[in-house]
Amino acid sequence: MFILELSALQALIAALQARGYTVVAPTVRDGAITFDAISSMDELPRGWTDVQNPSHYSIARRSDDAYFGFNVGPHSWKKFLFPSRLRLFAATKAGKGFEIDASADGAPVHYAFLGVRSCELQAIALQDRVFRSGAYADTHYSRLRDNTLIVAVNCVHVGGTCFCASMNTGPHAETGYDLALTEVIADGVHHFVVETGSPKGEELLGDVPHQPAVDAEIAQVRSLWDTAAQQSGRTLDTRNLPQILNDNYEHPQWDDVAKRCLACANCTMVCPTCFCSTVEDSTDLSGEHAERWRRWDTCFTSDFTKVAGGNIRMSTRTRYRQWVTHKLCNWVEQFGKFGCVGCGRCITWCPAGIDITVEAAAIRGTSMTPTLG
Amino acid sequence: MRSANTYMPYPMRIDAIIDEAPGVRTFTLKFMNNADAEEFSFKAGQFGEYSLFGEGEATFCIASSPTRQGYIECTFRQAGRVTSALARQEVGSVLGFRGPYGNIFPLEEWYGRNILFVAGGIALPPLRSVIWNVLDLRDRFKDVTVLYGARSVADLVYKHELKEWGTRSDMRLVTTVDPGGETAEWQGKVGFVPTVLETLAPGPENTVALVCGPPVMIKYTFPVLEQLGFTADQIYTTLENRMKCGVGKCGRCNVGPVYVCKDGPVFSYRELQSLPAEY
Repeated sequence: MFILELSALQALIAALQARGYTVVAPTVRDGAITFDAISSMDELPRGWTDVQNPSHYSIARRSDDAYFGFNVGPHSWKKFLFPSRLRLFAATKAGKGFEIDASADGAPVHYAFLGVRSCELQAIALQDRVFRSGAYADTHYSRLRDNTLIVAVNCVHVGGTCFCASMNTGPHAETGYDLALTEVIADGVHHFVVETGSPKGEELLGDVPHQPAVDAEIAQVRSLWDTAAQQSGRTLDTRNLPQILNDNYEHPQWDDVAKRCLACANCTMVCPTCFCSTVEDSTDLSGEHAERWRRWDTCFTSDFTKVAGGNIRMSTRTRYRQWVTHKLCNWVEQFGKFGCVGCGRCITWCPAGIDITVEAAAIRGTSMTPTLG
Repeated sequence: MRSANTYMPYPMRIDAIIDEAPGVRTFTLKFMNNADAEEFSFKAGQFGEYSLFGEGEATFCIASSPTRQGYIECTFRQAGRVTSALARQEVGSVLGFRGPYGNIFPLEEWYGRNILFVAGGIALPPLRSVIWNVLDLRDRFKDVTVLYGARSVADLVYKHELKEWGTRSDMRLVTTVDPGGETAEWQGKVGFVPTVLETLAPGPENTVALVCGPPVMIKYTFPVLEQLGFTADQIYTTLENRMKCGVGKCGRCNVGPVYVCKDGPVFSYRELQSLPAEY
């Protein structure tokens, strides 16, 4: 472990830029902490925190100058690796056929993500499995992902809606980063403790002023991690959960939640693991030039499963059930892990305040089929 | 993988068009580029994404048999934006095609067995690929029976091929139309497919049943087969859930633990029984 003084944060950003990275980090915009390209540490949300509850998000001033004294906001890193709108290619009419122009993608952006939380590292790892596994790796995703450098930031306090400890995804970043920072503010000290997670991270650190952490500094940061891990926030009991949900497709709780759910799809838009997409064409007025686009889609719309002969999910009940059972049941069989990392975004950004941990607990508590607890 | 871009289609030219039934057409498609034709191969049961630029993509099975090389055929009913635009195309028009995707009917495992096809309406195309595949390798299979029904005589697809199948001595074809759908000249049966299947009463011994049709036909056909002694492992169908990417990445066709596009579209009835009833 090493110590970075505050000013070294700017040196880190400069070192990333010198290597050709577009540095993306949290920044305050429109009354929220969102992710955007930055060039200076002054653009970080210094002195801000967020207040999160079911269907509530606001930002507030802190009593200190912490740079990362907040949890996760409405954006997730998937907006960069899996863009919400992506042009796949263009085509121009030529006689009875067409000529495809696939070259318009441009050179891939090299992103450096600064401030990735542990739950988000796990979310990126899950999307890696979705997009890169199987016979058809998603080349658009891989191209961006291969060129991405990750500077994680460890959470030292639990947010208002998150539950990473339950999902075994945090709060301390264990893997999946090039560098990991922990911001330490205590006893007149304000600095970052940095851990390296890859040769790329080690090489980068060489260009950033740092010094080895002494025993007292190591003890201090460990105590911050331990405190964060022991804070009681929300919990989601995952014991035998896939089986319980599988046994309860017809549970009345799905009817109950359907009365509250607006099927607005906010949860799927803010979710860092949701990966559904659609493909659609657009043309210019002449019809000579067309483009094929991929954009985010959501299992909450009626169009999602509509076919000429009907629709397999006609109700909000079945659509909400699909979302939750995919995350907490079927994802495990498909990708080896839960599709939920416990970031809490879906709870915060649900206009009806629906809480996935509460819904899962309600079904567990009144399971229609006896299952081992 | 053929392309750096999963979504990149092959250009294919419409070589022939057949009007099958009201609103239903078959295209014969040939590759524009020889290199594409040479690397392309598929097996019965697989599907593709057919597209027109500016309109979008639509999912259909490959309705021709893999034993017939150099072209593919697709049969579609005009329903939405893409299929309506496809229906306006002429011989010589160029479409985009990507595929083949999905799993297959395990035909090689069925060598030496009786094959029973049960199809309804516009759901004959996926089975037609298998039927011609089986007929082209006829000596590897025992009895071949096709039961095909539609709402009316006009709604039957592949009418020219039904004539041929009806006269072949190495297979049995039974056609039926729903009550009221018959014409004065109609020589086939009148009745719903499950009812006709019941009277036909094919034996389950050493037999595999392939069933494709509208949901209501499937719903009433599976119990008839079970009554006749077929086990759930002897019954196969294909699912037609909404798809976009075709390769298990867009999430749309997810049902329970499976993605219909990559884990299907071919499923045994046994496999279906472990899925939520969302198909």
